[in-house]
Amino acid sequence: MSKYIVKRLIMLIPVLIGVTFLVYFILSMSPGDTATMIAGEGAEAETIEAIRKEYGLDQPVIAQYGKYMWNLLRGDMGRSYLTKRDVFTTIAGAFPNTAKLAFWSILVAVAIALPIGIISATRQYSMVDNVGMVAALLGVATPNFWLGLMLIILFSLKLGWLPSGGMNGWQSYIMPAITLGTGDAALITRMTRSSMLEVVRQDYIRTARAKGVPEKAVIRKHALKNALIPVVTVIGLQFGGLLGGATLTETIFAWPGVGRLLVDSIKSKDTPMVLGGVIMLTITFSVINLLVDILYAFIDPRIKAQYR
Amino acid sequence: MAEQKKDLVLDIKDLVIHYETDDGVVEAVNGIDIQLEHGKTLGLVGETGSGKTTTALSILRLVPDPPGVIKSGSIKLDGKDVLNLPVAELEAIRGNLVSMIFQDPMTSLNPVLTVGEQIAEVIALHENISEKEAQTKAGDMLEVVGIPRERYGEYPHQFSGGMKQRVVIAMALACNPKLLLADEPTTALDVTIQAQVLETMKKLREQYGSAMIMITHDLGIIAEVCDEVSVVYAGQIVEHGTLEDIFESTMHPYTEGLFGSLPNIEERKARLQPITGLMPDPTNLPKGCCFAPRCKYCTENCAKSRPDKKWVSDTHYVRCSRYEEPGFQIERRGQ
Amino acid sequence: MEAAKINGAVQEGGAVKRRGQAGEIWRRLKKNKMAMAGLAVLVLLILVSIFADVLFDYNEIVIKQDTSIRLQGPSGAHWLGTDEFGRDILARLVHGSRVSLSVGVIAVSISLVIGGALGAIAGFYGGKTDNLIMRFIDILLAVPSLLLSITIVSALGPSIFNLMLAIGVSSVPSYARIVRASVLTVKDQEYVEAARCIGANNFEIIVSHIIPNCMAPIIVQVSLKVASAILSTSGLSFLGLGIKAPTPEWGAMLSGGRAYLRNAPHLTLFPGLAIIITILALNLLGDGLRDALDPKLKK
Repeated sequence: MSKYIVKRLIMLIPVLIGVTFLVYFILSMSPGDTATMIAGEGAEAETIEAIRKEYGLDQPVIAQYGKYMWNLLRGDMGRSYLTKRDVFTTIAGAFPNTAKLAFWSILVAVAIALPIGIISATRQYSMVDNVGMVAALLGVATPNFWLGLMLIILFSLKLGWLPSGGMNGWQSYIMPAITLGTGDAALITRMTRSSMLEVVRQDYIRTARAKGVPEKAVIRKHALKNALIPVVTVIGLQFGGLLGGATLTETIFAWPGVGRLLVDSIKSKDTPMVLGGVIMLTITFSVINLLVDILYAFIDPRIKAQYR
Repeated sequence: MAEQKKDLVLDIKDLVIHYETDDGVVEAVNGIDIQLEHGKTLGLVGETGSGKTTTALSILRLVPDPPGVIKSGSIKLDGKDVLNLPVAELEAIRGNLVSMIFQDPMTSLNPVLTVGEQIAEVIALHENISEKEAQTKAGDMLEVVGIPRERYGEYPHQFSGGMKQRVVIAMALACNPKLLLADEPTTALDVTIQAQVLETMKKLREQYGSAMIMITHDLGIIAEVCDEVSVVYAGQIVEHGTLEDIFESTMHPYTEGLFGSLPNIEERKARLQPITGLMPDPTNLPKGCCFAPRCKYCTENCAKSRPDKKWVSDTHYVRCSRYEEPGFQIERRGQ
Repeated sequence: MEAAKINGAVQEGGAVKRRGQAGEIWRRLKKNKMAMAGLAVLVLLILVSIFADVLFDYNEIVIKQDTSIRLQGPSGAHWLGTDEFGRDILARLVHGSRVSLSVGVIAVSISLVIGGALGAIAGFYGGKTDNLIMRFIDILLAVPSLLLSITIVSALGPSIFNLMLAIGVSSVPSYARIVRASVLTVKDQEYVEAARCIGANNFEIIVSHIIPNCMAPIIVQVSLKVASAILSTSGLSFLGLGIKAPTPEWGAMLSGGRAYLRNAPHLTLFPGLAIIITILALNLLGDGLRDALDPKLKK
């Protein structure tokens, strides 16, 4: 098992190199002069030239990238072009905010999705199933930035119950977590239902029934564990996505997280910041994926055998 | 009539089961009767899709619903009216009074539970003993089917096909059922393993005194384990009798066809005589005898109405209108 | 059993059976009321976007500003009210459907062509080629697709084409994976070997055997991906990285309404509903197609 984990972590290295290169390459295509931008408006030509030298912007892109990677290897992610603050510290400051929101959002999502998904599957074509599936479809179809705005209109502007943005106290978590959670809940519900339906058709479920296992136990003991395997993947992927920063939701609710930080950096072409963010994202996402795969092994003995 | 037998473990009368799908009504079972005495073995023989498995599932009331609908008939299992039992009582019977061995051991065990757990579960469900005792007994059952009890904690994927089927057999026999339903238990296994598994089943069944319904399309297996045989075609029993009746004094043209498609080792020169044509579309069965379109003895009369049972002895009946004619004989009898 | 039968049917493949199969799929799809509702809404949307100019004149109604009637609620003259520049919201939504649908369709076409080609090559040639392409796909997958789109658009500058490209590129991986998986399953089937034996070259094999066989998952994926492309478009526009004013675009309209949430919530409400209805219709159709193409999943 530990060998497998190490192997997976090593495989992350080429991906990280590729991702940073890709992003570096795309950003280098953007029009406009970076040095001028760093210097700010109305800076003199000499200052701009000095900055160009200082940041190494006079060199070819590939050389710049090489230098960036060299610094990265020594643990230096560089400084923001814009705020001049250390990239690592800035991201490390924003990440906990995103992580907290991600945690509550996924909790909301799972709490809604699993019961509805399971009940829908066990009572296929019933009232609960139909209502649940329509709700899930609506959830998938609703842009979460729109849902966020609607929540703000209702709970902040009309009723005045909840703060419309920022991160002050538990009340400020409610709307962002619901906004993010319901969208993910829709997906997880559909996944749970279809996975349950698939499992319930299996021969071993018929065997369990033929043994005289009561229907409730058939679902709980025999079907659920098998059905959860693909659901766990989806939850993991969603959680990984949330940790990467829910760009739009964070923007709407003025949440001081990674998503908003990244969008602002991309918009202002703050390359070191963007790269730092992307590296953080890639690592988080891969680690979550790895955790999901490890979790698999605990659910499914067949997969555990493969990891040896 | 032979239906006056007493002490029946299973008494099915005029069972009709349809699958009502979007694409039409599949007439899977069309008036099957089965009477089985305690401790006896009945073979249900017929082609794939002739309704054998559906019949077996209906005894457990496990015909998938939807689309399966039991249209009419009655099933008495050890005197209990299966079709009208409340679900809780039904669950008490399944795996206890009657249990089933399924065709494919690869898929009939739950992949995320250990084999031991799966056997212990059925014991704990039906016998009033502690968890611990159930586990011990599950270990015993493993040994009974020839698997060391040390493998209690292993998962199905760690077992070979033959071993898995042994586990399924252990599970089925764990509560000493009065009736065992075996649905092609060896079809998915290698030939050499088949013999072993059959041997185990035969030995255990005798030891436990269970009655059994053996579903198969293999006449060899029938000859090996069965006391009585019902030949099923398109959801109907076309011929029924003791093993001897069926093998020695074959009556129905379809049964003859089944024998004709077996290679004969003693007489190598004899050519195989496969039954021509295919099973009729079960959503659109012919009005008359269902076998008529493939039958070489077919006359105009055969297409008119479904033939009734004709008892030729106390133990043997056949559904074929040709026997209304005095002196009619199929070729096999003539030889 | 069931799966084996379907595989068998698929394997028989070939052009002869294709027509019959399509008819069968259509017959199954027709029975699915939800999917048909989705299809009806989509057809309606397409018609509306085609005849948008007939319904509302672009220069006179859609982009002409008239501040005297700004921020009006729904009324007889303006069914869905007016926006902050006094433009009719319904008219803008109708013309916005053109933008959303065309961006959705073209973005998906871009990703389908690039992803499909990459996947087919990777699956067909295998070995080093496969490895190289799939590692590249892994890299694309490691960056969240919205973020990748944002990066591309902000680097290339906001325009409709860049938007399509950005969204298209970010969903390349899913098509590449689907096509590669299909190719791998089909590649070693007997009938492909048979085709090779009678002298068909690689290109012929890809076109006449492999592509028809991965149509089912691709059709489903396309209907769902058009939906997510429309969502991404509106998301990007919402962030100010999409289509520039005064072109009517649903996400941009929604974003524009943010400043007036308190007094004129209809500015954000209606564009949102337009997006939801479109996505819902596409998803219903996509789900219906999936069921129709894979009857195993239903019952």
